[in-house]
Amino acid sequence: MTPELFIQYLFAGITYGIIYAIVAIGFNIIYNTTGIINFAQGEFVMLGGMTAITMNAFMPMPLAITAAVVITMVVGALIEMVFIRWLESPSVLRMIIITIGISILAREAALHIWGESVRALPYFIGNEVTSVTILGARISPQVLWVIGVCSLMVAGLSLFFKFTSLGREMRACAANRRAATLCGINAKNMVTLSFVLSAGIGAVAGCVMSPITYSDYEMGPSLAIKGFTVAILGGLGNSLAAVAAGLLLGIIEAFSVSVLPLAFQDAIATSILLLILFIRPYGLFGSREAASLKEF
Amino acid sequence: MDLLKRYLPVFFMLALVVAVQLVTHFTETTFYLTQLTMSAYYSVVVIGLCVLMGYGGQISLGHAGFFAIGGYLAGALTTHNLIPFRDHGLVSFLDKVGLLVASKDLYGGDLLTLEPWAACITAVLTAGIIGLAIGGPVLKLKGHYLAMATLGFGIIIYRIALASAYFGEADGISEVPGFKLLPGIEVSGSFGARVLNYYIAWGVVIVSIVLLLNLIHSRVGRALRSIHGAEEAANAMGVNTARYKLYIFVLSAVFAALAGVFVTHYNGGIGPSEAGVMKSVRYVAIVAVGGMANLWGALIMGLVLNFLSLRGVFGSYDDAVFGIILIVIMLFAPQGILKINPWQQVKSLFTNTRGLSREETTE
Repeated sequence: MTPELFIQYLFAGITYGIIYAIVAIGFNIIYNTTGIINFAQGEFVMLGGMTAITMNAFMPMPLAITAAVVITMVVGALIEMVFIRWLESPSVLRMIIITIGISILAREAALHIWGESVRALPYFIGNEVTSVTILGARISPQVLWVIGVCSLMVAGLSLFFKFTSLGREMRACAANRRAATLCGINAKNMVTLSFVLSAGIGAVAGCVMSPITYSDYEMGPSLAIKGFTVAILGGLGNSLAAVAAGLLLGIIEAFSVSVLPLAFQDAIATSILLLILFIRPYGLFGSREAASLKEF
Repeated sequence: MDLLKRYLPVFFMLALVVAVQLVTHFTETTFYLTQLTMSAYYSVVVIGLCVLMGYGGQISLGHAGFFAIGGYLAGALTTHNLIPFRDHGLVSFLDKVGLLVASKDLYGGDLLTLEPWAACITAVLTAGIIGLAIGGPVLKLKGHYLAMATLGFGIIIYRIALASAYFGEADGISEVPGFKLLPGIEVSGSFGARVLNYYIAWGVVIVSIVLLLNLIHSRVGRALRSIHGAEEAANAMGVNTARYKLYIFVLSAVFAALAGVFVTHYNGGIGPSEAGVMKSVRYVAIVAVGGMANLWGALIMGLVLNFLSLRGVFGSYDDAVFGIILIVIMLFAPQGILKINPWQQVKSLFTNTRGLSREETTE
């Protein structure tokens, strides 16, 4: 493998990896405030991308993307309010089935709105053949957009959770919901907010990745399973570790293409998922003691 | 008396099966029998999953995978020509033992394939062994992790079916021959054998349900329910929870694989959509509608929903209907729609202890 090819694969891996990391963070945000794994997480990415593509026909792209993100956030809020908010301590099995149902509904709605065709947003700068040369490898500027925007989001989220009072309130709910409620935090609103937030970051990722990876109505489940793999790899609930795990999975996948047929690419992530669930269900960076205290 | 109560519905079902066949015969609507036969086979998957989910409390989002293992193996083994490998030791051994059948293909060429009985046993055994192998580690997981792990298993099977040339890639396997159970009794999609196949399918359902009814009323069934109720408590009482969970997981995998074998022979083929995640979700949806720990509910719902779906009643909203069913049932009637007591609901509208009483009455 030539050094240029190596860099090329590396960038492909990082691009996909950071997207998986964003999906994983979406899982984590909701999991932290509710203890629910939202099986419809991949559908937020799909909705963001598809809405932006439709909007782009009527307005300039930055506006279209903003509108798409806002719409997806509203959808996230609606999903939480209609399906989840009023349930009194539902069982895990019940929540799994409900979020699976939501993901099916979102997908079917997208199928009937947009059809089966594969679409894409135009490239933010230049077109398909524009490229910049980095260490001898030719990289599309869109790849840099994806990496840049996603890194900014990760940084922004960690600042939000650390320094704003809203972020601190959400973390308080994650740590101990009852104690947070006693301190006057409206836990139910925090749950809605977590859905809005994870819908928002999913939608942003869906928009920036759309020119390279394309968008279609059924992209959600495979993204969700990879995002979940990453979330587990990093340790469920740990967002910074999810970034590292995301990059790891992305790079493994990118390099596996040079060894295995493309058709098996999805099977790789899934096999890693099974392996990690069997061997280290508390994640690469998590600790067994901490995990045994949690309720899965 | 107890036994009578247990088996009374079985006799009732038997009568109903015969009645339906007679009705379709006299009203000349025998074309319904095709979908009824298919629904019957799918119901076998559903009741197997019902025991796993409802009684054992373990969710599986990978049962379409087991169905596909059964169907694909049976299809591939009875379709792929072994003549090029005739001189291979294993093939000539199989030939000598009489496990191979020679026939002519569509174009008159010679065809040497595995005998369907042997293929069926291989397929079901393979599914059982795979279930045993993955069940061990998978069933240690709980909740979300269990759901995701079984989902992952289903995806891997789907990908393998879709990516390997042996299983026909996106086209699947076609021209699967019939399955002669006994001389004169053959599972096949041929037009003349429609009524016969209807009875074969329902025979399989009845045998399955009797087996499962006995199982859930036995020591194993009690153990499973105790696991569902409180796993730690069951463990403390000396129930070997890990073994019972694995046992029921393998059993339901075998049921799914068996259904896969029969459907493949009946349809004369199988495609990758049978292995898809949506199929697994659909089985879960049907068990949920039937009321989780309710074999008869699962059977009835499996029959009704599969029949409507196969008749194309839902049109292009097929998957959406199952999605809505999942959500609505889980939101409003987690115990299944057969447990809804309309009078109770109406009464609760007029009393202000509604929130409380609902949780209590449904538990």
